[in-house]
Order: sequence, then structure tokens, then C-alpha cells
Amino acid sequence: MIRFALRRALGSLFIGLGSLTLLPACSSSSADQQTAQLPYIGEREVVPSPTGGPADTVYATIPTFHLTDQAGQPVTNATFKDKVYITDFFFATCPSICPKMQSELLRVYEKYKDNPRVVFLSHTIDPAHDSIPVLRDYAERLGVTDASRWHFATAPHDTVFALARAYMTGAQVDKEAPGGFTHTGAFALIDPNRHVRGIYDGLNKDEVDRLIKEIPVLLQEVSATSATATAKQP
Amino acid sequence: MRSWWLRGAAGLAVASVLAGCFSNRQNEGEKLYATHCASCHGEQGEGLRRLIPPLAGADYLRQQRAALPCLIRKGQQGPILVNGVTFNQVMPGHDDLTDSQITNILNFVQQQWGNQNQTYTIREVSELLDACHGSDGQ
Repeated sequence: MIRFALRRALGSLFIGLGSLTLLPACSSSSADQQTAQLPYIGEREVVPSPTGGPADTVYATIPTFHLTDQAGQPVTNATFKDKVYITDFFFATCPSICPKMQSELLRVYEKYKDNPRVVFLSHTIDPAHDSIPVLRDYAERLGVTDASRWHFATAPHDTVFALARAYMTGAQVDKEAPGGFTHTGAFALIDPNRHVRGIYDGLNKDEVDRLIKEIPVLLQEVSATSATATAKQP
Repeated sequence: MRSWWLRGAAGLAVASVLAGCFSNRQNEGEKLYATHCASCHGEQGEGLRRLIPPLAGADYLRQQRAALPCLIRKGQQGPILVNGVTFNQVMPGHDDLTDSQITNILNFVQQQWGNQNQTYTIREVSELLDACHGSDGQ
């Protein structure tokens, strides 16, 4: 089923390439996105088929992880089975960009909080300070009362930073800003097969609007894929 | 005739330079707010839920007016009550701002988003900053 999904995605790869550059201009193709799939973002590898058939393209996947959320519950890859999720990195005492980011993510959350297929995951990058009670307080202060809809999760420091790299949200170059200013305010959109399907600047309202528009595109693809998979079952 | 024209031109030039000066001065608070404050307190001073206190319509700005210069200079830690809601976030201090920049930020905040609170002179802010040894005399 994964291979099938990947092959289907190949057809729309050209549309996807534009978004890889993370330029604001890529939101101009929103008309295409109604009928197209979202790009696969990150490293990809072309693997020759052992049977001599067409080569397979294998995309980078999010590694296996084990986190704990503000309710003290485990959060793993299985938590997001058959769902799409949006992720970011923050810390509770962050005085700079986090409040702005979280208020933008809150805007996305408000749109999708009644859709159980869309889940939110914020990782703390300061696990030493952000204990479970701190995360719970933070979530409640943001107005998030159901931890299963928006997880504020912690894990050992190394785990979190490895994940930040996998989600490509650790740091980002902004060519528009003087001196190629870097920041860490990105959101990533992940599909049920652990692939990153969108990266959005969480400090930029237009980029966050693009995320809000692209979530349904991914949901539709997921529905179509699982329907096809079901139909194929004997 | 010619000297009248010259004087007129010189007067216009001075006026336009001054206007530039004034408008920059007036906007300084707004610009500094956008750079140093808005990502937490919001572009409209709205704050963020129960996490970051609002500035728009905040009783705290009136009640704690004299303490605000030091609050910006030294930052803020521990619970504070704003409009009946207890907030508890760390606000960083600002050694990177001059007394006059703090004055401009405060005057912007005290007069923006419907706030109609008393403004400050630079001298007053410097004096208030002495309380926390935070005046840089500029």
C-alpha cells in the first residue's frame, strides 16, 4: 500500500518541487492543489527493484519515537495511525517567537479541533524545565483541554533534537531577511505513512493560511488511498 | 524677490526635515513595539489567552504605571494579575533599549488600542528607572 501511494505521488512530483523552496510564491498554485497531492518533502532515494521492474522512490520518513504528553500519556507513531498531524517545537518559557507561533497554530487548531483525523503535536525543546505539570499548565492556558487533540510532549533532549531535524523544523533560512536570518518557527504536516508533506513558516500568516488550505488536500488523499486499499483486499 | 524665494525654500526645507524628525519620533514607539513586544503581546496588544497578558485595555498599565519602566528594563517573573486573570510567564529584560526608547514604547502602549493612560517624559522614565538602577541616562 505504501508503494502504491508513492507511485501515485510521483505523478504530482512536479507540483511538489515548487514548494520545496519554501518561497511564499508557492501558495499561488492553490488552484492546482484542489486536484493535486501535496509534495513529499525531504531526502529521497531511488531504489532499483530487485525483480528488475521500475525503480521505487523511497522518501525520508519520521523515525520511531516515544514521547510523553501533558496528560502523562505516551505519544508514539501509533498515536497518529490513520491521521494527519501538524507538529512544531517550542518551550514554555520562550519569550521570543513561541507565543506568536503558538497563536498561529491555535488558529489552525480552532479550524480542525472537531476533526479527529487532524491531530496537533508540540514538542518542548526544554525538557529540563518543561515537566508534565508545566506542559499541562501551558496547554490549559492556551485553552487546550483535550490532550488527545493537541499533545504537548516531552522526551529526552537528544530525542527531541533528532526529531526536529526529521521534521525539518529545527532551523530555517529566510532569504528574504537581511543576512539570511534563521529561525525555528516552522510547522510540519505529516501523513499517516510518516512522510513530511508540508513545511510552513509559523510566524507568517500567509504560510499558516496555506497550511489550513492544504490539510484537506492531504485528508482527501488519505481517504482515497485507504478506500483503494480496502477495495483491493480479497 | 529672489531672497524671498530663497527664504521660502529654506523654510520649506527646514519644515520638511522637522516633519521627518517628528514622524520618526512618533513612530519610534510603534516600531520598537513591533520589534520587541508584539510577538508575545500581539500586534494589537491582545496577549495570548491565559498565557501572555494583554496590553490593550489592561488595568495593570494604569495601576502599575510607575513600575512599568523597570518592568521593561528588568523583565518580569512570577504571577501577575491583569484584568482579574493571573498570568505567570517570564518576560525578558531589555538592557538593549535606551531610556528614551523605553519612554517611546510606553507612550505608544499607553495611548494605543483605545488605551488612554497618562504618558511619560524621558526625564520621568529615567527617574523611575533609578529605582531599579536601570537608567542609562540616554
